[in-house]
Amino acid sequence: MTEDTDSVVAEDPITGEEIELPADVEIGEIVDNPVTGAELEVVSLDPLTLEEAPELEEDWGE
Amino acid sequence: MNVGILYSRIRKDEKLLLTELRERDHDVEKIDVRKLRLGVSTPNERFDGLDLVVDRCLATSRSLYATRFCESYGVPVVNSHETASICADKVQNSLALEEAGVPTPATTVAFTKEAALEAIEAFGYPCVLKPVVGSWGRLMAKIDSRDAAEAILEHKATLGHYEHKVFYVQEFVEKPGRDIRVVATDGEPVAAMVRSSDHWITNAAKGAETDVFELDAELEELVSRASDAVGGGLLGIDLMESDGGYTVHEVNHTVEFKALDSAVDVDVAAAVVDWLERTAEPDSVEVSA
Repeated sequence: MTEDTDSVVAEDPITGEEIELPADVEIGEIVDNPVTGAELEVVSLDPLTLEEAPELEEDWGE
Repeated sequence: MNVGILYSRIRKDEKLLLTELRERDHDVEKIDVRKLRLGVSTPNERFDGLDLVVDRCLATSRSLYATRFCESYGVPVVNSHETASICADKVQNSLALEEAGVPTPATTVAFTKEAALEAIEAFGYPCVLKPVVGSWGRLMAKIDSRDAAEAILEHKATLGHYEHKVFYVQEFVEKPGRDIRVVATDGEPVAAMVRSSDHWITNAAKGAETDVFELDAELEELVSRASDAVGGGLLGIDLMESDGGYTVHEVNHTVEFKALDSAVDVDVAAAVVDWLERTAEPDSVEVSA
């Protein structure tokens, strides 16, 4: 783990491991587990809580 | 201004926008559409006092309904429901471009696999079959033979959602291994990039490499016309270079710009927020101009 003070730590709900996130994460943000690549969604800031992000759906896009 | 952001995911694109808005001291109301209840007769109070709503819905279906509700509630929304309706559907998209005289690939729509096969045979091989709703290059098929056409049509007719029974058949445009993405606000280009790949689908979401692209006057004019054709707004306009000149194959209404932001020197989020400010307060901009 780095010494970056502008970071926070949260538990990956899939692996149970702690992962480091930027301190400015916000509700709804999608973050990747740097090891597994799994997409996780920030669902709470206090306490910082992650959930597995929803699966891709057919009408998603731009 | 007090700006609402309709979202279900905060991707890098939304994060860039949120950061820029907050740095300019705008009040930002994040509205997670997954938690919304939208009354037909009673406006949802989350929209009270908003000067402008920015639709960043990831799901097309939600985008279409949410923008319609905003307009019903009397809340300005970008992009408009009209623009979303046209851009969300490739058939509508193609018709709007064609009707505006914007060069766009030859396209035929059919409602049965038999009629679709006739359309494919009329184009010859290769040609392209696309879903009418969808993005990121998913479920697009380059059809190289009648055998392939029959198999793909059978699968779509059997396994697909009813929208897959609307067959959108398009000429295969021979392009130089790349296409062009332009982000524009009401027809004014913000920045452009090329997306290059050995694969026939040159979409950044499919891993295409990106690089800055300088627009010439012809392209700027084409971008403006393509924007007008779909009702304007914050748009991603996709073009191809072919022997016959430029052709616009698609206009996107909830455009992603993180790849563009990385490829060019322009601060895309800042340019978008500039436009949001002008859109929210058009009178004050006119006075100060």
